[in-house]
Amino acid sequence: MSKIGKAFENGKAFIAFITCGDPDVATTAASVRAAVENGADLIELGIPFSDPTAEGPVIQGANLRALTGGITTDKVFDLVRDLRRDVAVPMVFMTYANVVFSYGAEKFISICGDIGIDGLILPDLPFEEKDEFLPLCRKYGVDLISLIAPTSKDRISMIAGEAEGFVYIVSSMGVTGERSRITTDLASIVKVVRENTDIPCAIGFGISTPEQAREMAQLSDGVIVGSAIIRLLERFGSDAPAHIGAYVKSMKDAI
Amino acid sequence: MSRGRFGIHGGQYIPETLMNAVIELEEAYNRYRDDPEFNRELEELFCDYAGRPSRLYFAERMTRDLGGAKIYLKREDLNHTGAHKINNVLGQALLAKKMGKTRLIAETGAGQHGVATATAAALMDMECVVFMGEEDTVRQALNVYRMRLLGAEVIPVKTGTATLKDAVSEAMREWTSRISDTHYCLGSVMGPHPFPTIVRDFQAVISKEIKAQVAEKEGRLPDVVMACVGGGSNAIGSFYHFIGDKGVRLIGCEAAGRGVDTPETAATIATGRLGIFHGMKSYFCQDAYGQIAPVYSISAGLDYPGIGPEHAYLHDMGRAEYVPVTDEEAVRAFEYLARMEGIIPAIESAHAVAHAMKIAPEMSQDKIIVITVSGRGDKDCAAIARYRGEEIHE
Repeated sequence: MSKIGKAFENGKAFIAFITCGDPDVATTAASVRAAVENGADLIELGIPFSDPTAEGPVIQGANLRALTGGITTDKVFDLVRDLRRDVAVPMVFMTYANVVFSYGAEKFISICGDIGIDGLILPDLPFEEKDEFLPLCRKYGVDLISLIAPTSKDRISMIAGEAEGFVYIVSSMGVTGERSRITTDLASIVKVVRENTDIPCAIGFGISTPEQAREMAQLSDGVIVGSAIIRLLERFGSDAPAHIGAYVKSMKDAI
Repeated sequence: MSRGRFGIHGGQYIPETLMNAVIELEEAYNRYRDDPEFNRELEELFCDYAGRPSRLYFAERMTRDLGGAKIYLKREDLNHTGAHKINNVLGQALLAKKMGKTRLIAETGAGQHGVATATAAALMDMECVVFMGEEDTVRQALNVYRMRLLGAEVIPVKTGTATLKDAVSEAMREWTSRISDTHYCLGSVMGPHPFPTIVRDFQAVISKEIKAQVAEKEGRLPDVVMACVGGGSNAIGSFYHFIGDKGVRLIGCEAAGRGVDTPETAATIATGRLGIFHGMKSYFCQDAYGQIAPVYSISAGLDYPGIGPEHAYLHDMGRAEYVPVTDEEAVRAFEYLARMEGIIPAIESAHAVAHAMKIAPEMSQDKIIVITVSGRGDKDCAAIARYRGEEIHE
């Protein structure tokens, strides 16, 4: 089992998404530590991209603030090296295909393996294109995470059957961002996923409240929360880590 | 490797949410592309509605003035809605209608594709939403009004550089949120498969006509076919039926903005490198970390940081040449064609005219150049006046 499996050994997993360098690297590091101390089981670190086509306005804003603040892929690697001195939970990167490709895919993925990044989530790399990076991910022991969407239908079994690490189930149509209601029939999707793989599955997109988290965690093995955390960074800037800690605790307690 | 490749370029680098939508589109396109009834309907729209075939005009004064190769202008500016964009839009709208879609969304830069989409939506009684960079809504205010007049909703995009690339990103985001009734009518030979192929096939009518028209007037093939390139739809349309004719030079004219040695440029082949963006692998203007560059050109239609995957492939193969043309050169060509031939080209098309002005004098008089005038320049008059230091009110 990959290292990512550990995130799912402590009850339902709470997965926290944080954009690196928003508003600066020190705040990101403090936010990650606050999240982990308060029960986050897996950290999803966003490497900013200039044109994040899968993101809603909140995470788009985080990308912009981080890039304006001067974050680069190399600085993100340094941040992870620093975090790995004391953070033991699995960590994955969420970014866009061009960030990996442009850095030199082998160089990027080998560094991921070296510094303790356990997986890679690329929302613009569907099943049909995964060979772009999969052989390198295998070579360096980094799980390439598969996403399943409300529109996946007949594709679910194919995707889940070859998935690694955990299956990322996108709860809703559209881009990332909080939603008041999630109406997708996720139970049916999870059922097909479970028929095709033994690895855990977690639901993300649109989850912000403890009630939603509880509901989604009942359906799956964990929940992924991004925009609600980014909102705290947007609001409190470098004072956000304490608020993030409290928020993560409330969410982990709820699930 | 995935479908829809041109050499190493192309592919389908899009969110999983959109995968079934592009697969459905590909299946529908494969069903209708050779369907006689579909083609008869499209032919009728091209002919009676859009005004095809567009004229091939011998630019006699320009030819004499430049003193070299014989210059013909392929008059896509004479199409209904004033640009080549209508060719692709009529094809896609008809296809969307057959697929049971009731709503078209589109991105637009200069506004020509948005106007064409709004036009087709009006004609076919479909809902229409156009995403346009906020900066472009200012540069191309007339086209914004035209789209609204045609019944479309125009959404100014404020993210990023508020230009064409951001309009594409926003249209993609909108598509992921609403697929069942909505077709994304992509305006250029870019994005994920099958768009580069579909758009190229609908635009290929340009080169099909050029070939027949030059044969009729000159009894032979042209020596050079040239067109401006942003994403590259009018260029691929102009090149397509000549790709196998190795003796025909194909030249794409990119927007160099203030120059390829400045950051204010949109010349992708000259300054970009291989990347993955907006659903495709191709060349993109980007920084060392793969962040997409905030490109610039006076032309809102060429102000895009990438180039269609088939052009990237033609470049790799050495089959087509891509040359940069600056704002200043394009503006001079815009003014030149107006005075020399009484034709006001779109500032996009003026990039191709500018390069022809450089190469025609060096070619002998028995050579033939065809320049595709992709659109008309009315929309650009206020911006060009401003460039020349004159404020006019539309």
